[in-house]
Amino acid sequence: MTAKQRTATALIIVLAGLCGAIWAGAPLSAAEIGDPVRGEILYRKCQSCHMVGPDARNRVGPHLNEVFGRAAAELEDYNYSKAMRRAGADGLVWTVEKLDLYIENPKSLVTGTRMAFRGLRDAEERRDLMAYLRTFSGSPRDIPESEPTASPRDPEVDAAILAIQGDPDYGAYLSSECTTCHQASGDDRGIPSIVGWPSGDFVTAMHAYKGKARPHPVMQMIAGRLSNEEIASLAAYFQELQVE
Amino acid sequence: MTIVTRRRLIGGVAATGVLLSAPAVLGQSRPKVVVIGGGAGGATAARYIAKDSKGAIDVTLVEPTRRYYTCFFSNLYMGGFRDFESTGHSYGKLASDYGVNVVHDWAIGVDRDQKSVSLAGGAELSYDRLVLSPGIDFVDGSVAGWSLESQTKMPHAYKGGTQAQLLKAQLDGMPEGGTVVVVAPPNPYRCPPGPYERISMMAHLMKQQNPTAKILVFDPKEKFSKMALFQEAWANHYDGMIEWVGGDFGAVEEVRPDAMEVVVDGEIIKADVCNVIPAMKAGVIAEKAAVTNAKGWCDIVPATLQSRADPNIHVLGDATNNGDMPKSGYSANSQAKACAMAVRAELTGSKAFPPKFSNTCWSLVATDDGVKVGASYEATEEKIAKVDGFISQTGENADLRKQTYEESLGWYAGITSDMFG
Repeated sequence: MTAKQRTATALIIVLAGLCGAIWAGAPLSAAEIGDPVRGEILYRKCQSCHMVGPDARNRVGPHLNEVFGRAAAELEDYNYSKAMRRAGADGLVWTVEKLDLYIENPKSLVTGTRMAFRGLRDAEERRDLMAYLRTFSGSPRDIPESEPTASPRDPEVDAAILAIQGDPDYGAYLSSECTTCHQASGDDRGIPSIVGWPSGDFVTAMHAYKGKARPHPVMQMIAGRLSNEEIASLAAYFQELQVE
Repeated sequence: MTIVTRRRLIGGVAATGVLLSAPAVLGQSRPKVVVIGGGAGGATAARYIAKDSKGAIDVTLVEPTRRYYTCFFSNLYMGGFRDFESTGHSYGKLASDYGVNVVHDWAIGVDRDQKSVSLAGGAELSYDRLVLSPGIDFVDGSVAGWSLESQTKMPHAYKGGTQAQLLKAQLDGMPEGGTVVVVAPPNPYRCPPGPYERISMMAHLMKQQNPTAKILVFDPKEKFSKMALFQEAWANHYDGMIEWVGGDFGAVEEVRPDAMEVVVDGEIIKADVCNVIPAMKAGVIAEKAAVTNAKGWCDIVPATLQSRADPNIHVLGDATNNGDMPKSGYSANSQAKACAMAVRAELTGSKAFPPKFSNTCWSLVATDDGVKVGASYEATEEKIAKVDGFISQTGENADLRKQTYEESLGWYAGITSDMFG
């Protein structure tokens, strides 16, 4: 992208901010927002929680297909935070400028959101990321044949294991081993937050470490000696825990 | 209808004798726990006992410093990767959010029969359970010519705080092309990779501001923690700057702090900066409580961290002779949680689960180049025994090393909030 194009894009963004209502009816194409190729690389920051693409489903975070123009907390089969549901009820719609604000600092737009992401400060990076996400939202689609994301799938966990009802009190005790590194406040500097995860995702991820499908050696070691019941209890505990 | 508060309820249950395992609570309002030492072991234990007993246990933490500077990450300060204040933490939240009574004083004696601790300021604290987490002190005469009085000339910088600042100031003020001598400690000692991470950080600093300086390391050991990883880093990042002499050839005969000389194998070496890390033993209050063994460390019951010498005293962290766990902040934090659970079970009858121990030690070897080693442990009758472990590999790619370093920053934020709330 040349400097001139960048200026033009910035101008469009500014105009978009001023006339959100107008272009909400005629969304910008991906290339008008930023560079989707760079955005795909930036998306790696998001993919441990969010899926996008043909097989996308809700995981720790909601899937991001057709996110542009979607109302906040609109997906019926995703368990949003109270704060996000309230924002949706108040009329928050994911336009370019709202998404831009949200990605810059999630908590400043939706205080109380469960999204434990510190935010992306660089405006150009945000535009590139949105350009990538834009390729997964409906017409006019400038890149119709977008590839599915590279987000690796964890191995399926046996239904019987997923069905185990964990004891959150036991999970609270076991969690002291986790909180040496994963902060109970949901802060995610250097080490991901595990606060507020849906228990199914938690159990699947822990079994992926236990079976060494996920590579991280510390987590392989920690998960390796947890029983199915212990994993279920941790999942039950962390699902209930709220981001401070 | 009578409103029963939680506290009264617990007292009432105890008074009916249901909690036969907790005779200490009979006839008094709240059982008392005194914790000596506010580091990774003591602060964590105080916080978890107070938090999980929800006010049923009276917790007092005795720690001389008002602001605690972690020993872990002090090397990153030395290398210029962090400022000193970023390693400092206050006890404010332990007091305000968890109700821990924080006393800034030195514990100078323990009367095991009376179950009381005497403080330098004159106060006496009685306890039902005492948690000792005193860290380390140095063995007198382990490096000939060096004593605690020498620490201003030849700092050990092996406790957080002013010693780390002093060594950093000496490194910053070193003449161009000068010589740093590091006298490494014999086993066992606090933070096995610590001296070698420090050497890496010294070399990093010198590469920026004094590239012709040399670092000479004399080490009584043949090998050390993460040796292959450190040696790889020294060759890749600091070629020709570091000379490590180990085993019999690394034994220092004498240091002369006034003359800034180190004598090795009959040869007198002139040092511009000399970092002496002497042999270690449990913090001196453990000796005063008479819970140390012949080698100066505290033998413990693995599952509960109770002293083998006195079941009313638990010992945590660096001061323990525990079996396989290294002396690290992570280990102390891990042991503190098992100890907190055992103490609560004894004093309030809460449920005790089998403890799980783990440890990871991250080391920064150069900019964005982090390595780690870790293991999980379990309590057997005899010791805390290693179950499984891992270590970073030589030749790992730069992305992974950067990720490991960033992970260590996350761990630092995590463990310090786990300690101080």
